[in-house]
Amino acid sequence: MARIEVPMPQMGESIAEGTVSKWLKRLGEPVQRDEPILEISTDKVDAEIPSPAAGTLAEITVQEGETVGVGTIVAYIDSDGNAPLAQRPVQDGARPAAPPPPDEQADGAEDEAAEVPAAAAAPPAGERPAVAATAAPVPTAPAADTAEERARTRSTPVVRKIAEEHGIDIESVPGTGHAGRVTKQDILSFIEGGTPTRVEAPLAPEPVHAPAAPAAPPRPPAVPQEPPAAGLWDAFYREVKHPEYHVRPADRVEPMDKIRRLTAEHMVLAKRVAPHVHSFIEIDFTVIDRIRAESKARWTAQGARVSYTAFVAWAVSRVLRDFPMLNSTISGNNVIYRGNVNIGIAVDLDPGLIVPVVHDADHLGLVGIGNRIVDLATRARERKLTPSEIQGATFTITNPGVLGTLVGMPIIPKGTAAILGTGAIEKRVVVVVDAVTGTDSTAIRNRAYFSLGYDHRIVDGADAARFLARLKETLESFPSDA
Amino acid sequence: MSATASAGPREGSARRPLEVRSLGSVPYAEGLKLQEELVAKRRAGEAPDTLLLLEHPHVITLGSSAEEAHVLLEQAERDRLGIQLYEVGRGGGVTYHGPGQLVAYPILDLRPLGKDLHEYLRRLEESLIRAAAALGVTARRREGMTGVWTARGKLAAIGVRVSSQWISSHGVALNVSPDLRFFESIVPCGIEGEGVTSLSLELGRTVELTDAADRFTESFMSVFGFVRSVA
Repeated sequence: MARIEVPMPQMGESIAEGTVSKWLKRLGEPVQRDEPILEISTDKVDAEIPSPAAGTLAEITVQEGETVGVGTIVAYIDSDGNAPLAQRPVQDGARPAAPPPPDEQADGAEDEAAEVPAAAAAPPAGERPAVAATAAPVPTAPAADTAEERARTRSTPVVRKIAEEHGIDIESVPGTGHAGRVTKQDILSFIEGGTPTRVEAPLAPEPVHAPAAPAAPPRPPAVPQEPPAAGLWDAFYREVKHPEYHVRPADRVEPMDKIRRLTAEHMVLAKRVAPHVHSFIEIDFTVIDRIRAESKARWTAQGARVSYTAFVAWAVSRVLRDFPMLNSTISGNNVIYRGNVNIGIAVDLDPGLIVPVVHDADHLGLVGIGNRIVDLATRARERKLTPSEIQGATFTITNPGVLGTLVGMPIIPKGTAAILGTGAIEKRVVVVVDAVTGTDSTAIRNRAYFSLGYDHRIVDGADAARFLARLKETLESFPSDA
Repeated sequence: MSATASAGPREGSARRPLEVRSLGSVPYAEGLKLQEELVAKRRAGEAPDTLLLLEHPHVITLGSSAEEAHVLLEQAERDRLGIQLYEVGRGGGVTYHGPGQLVAYPILDLRPLGKDLHEYLRRLEESLIRAAAALGVTARRREGMTGVWTARGKLAAIGVRVSSQWISSHGVALNVSPDLRFFESIVPCGIEGEGVTSLSLELGRTVELTDAADRFTESFMSVFGFVRSVA
């Protein structure tokens, strides 16, 4: 018995993808060569896709409503070369192995085009979820395909999609629409009040990663679990599903470790929720350099270590007192103005990133902040931070300049309103004004670009500009007794 | 490829025969049935490429990307106005058909067009644009919004089905002189905030449906490289 691929067909020169709108055949159903087995839709066109061979529809790899690139395998036909008498492919023994990754068949398909939605029931790391491969063969039922039947179908495609996602038989939903049609409202009410026969979409309050399906059968569910349309926005702000891509022969695939996974999810959610704006300013480090030079002997004697970042954190913690919106977060319809100034300091673990927190930085002196940062960073690299030391940041400082980067546009951590990026400090030729004579001259100064990323829902551009101006002023006239 | 480059028949393509059938007013369900029969016959080689020209009584149809929310009339109101509701296997969203609108269903073997759905859509648009131009109305395409438009709004809608073996059905609806108030009952193709217009509105005079049908037939045959078959 040969296994034959059914790819998403090329329906035109400029058509890169198609949406599976309807499966006309079910798993296990016999099909004739050239008999339509599914319908796809692209811009303004519905098209029937015929079977490339006679046999049995053995596997459906793309579900109704999903959009995939041209060339992506949407199904497999088990061809026996004869009339399709074998209605139950399982009689051949164990069901066939999971299909190879789509790229092996999808020559010429765009790499990015074939996004395979991950099943929400988290599959074992590194294992491709075998979508829909396991449903038992269904008794043959000719698909409703005549004009009459189609026109009288009791639902719209949107409603059918919702039903499919919830595993609801549309026949069981009372319809209040025209001629007993099931409206979107009908099915949503049914879902709220009734019992979905399959699995509910994961909408736990904080499912940072998808929970394992409770009491799930050993095999993945037949239908990828998508959130219901009604919960779309909830899911949008709470769930992260990363698209999947083709693996090429020379590639290496490994599961994300925990830090990477949490980082990836955090970044997606943080960027999704907060409308990011970035503003930039240039800081002169002349005064800070002078203080560092003057204090070096004393700090060394004390065993203190005061980095540039410590100066910045000290200045930020003081300036923030006058800019509560930058030390806040939007929560539902409220704004929470944080009562503490807890400065998160992004630390490069190479590989990886972690953000330990200097709690109550506005109550610490410069040396205190410096020592705390060194302590936290050291223990971060030794993986010895306690959970409380990486929680509760109200404002974050990240230092893309540490390796020479001029300026960065950082992502605002979830639950805060702003992040400061410090660019590389380097000697620049600048124009300075002589304080006595008022004449211009050039000078060589240590300078850096700072970027402020802020949540535009709560921080206006002018707030950010005032904050940056004040920060510049504070850093450039840094008090010698801080 | 630019949109205009697709106008006209492909180089070297022989002129193929087209049967044109003017059917007058046809109830929607009958139109569906007729199309289905013709698609099967065309696939079996028992019918030539055919262009069906007709009008429908008031009807709202839902394509595969339709949302019920885009049907703005309650059922009772639709019943009062005599508007039927159908879900159909064509691409696109919600559409209204009614008297004064020229509906054209080309039942074609699309393979000579190079198996290219976009090519087919662009040629349908070109046929509509040329028909409108012949009547003195300047209409154009809009990037990413299949259909034909004037400054006032949508002049013609397109929604197509391709059955196996590349046989087309459904097609275009050109607003010749419909009562545009009926369009208020839907959000056409889910495009909110867009107006709808007609040839009569554009010209400030009533355009006859037969006139528009003749112009469209001419432009359609020219754009697709057909000659009229003698039935």
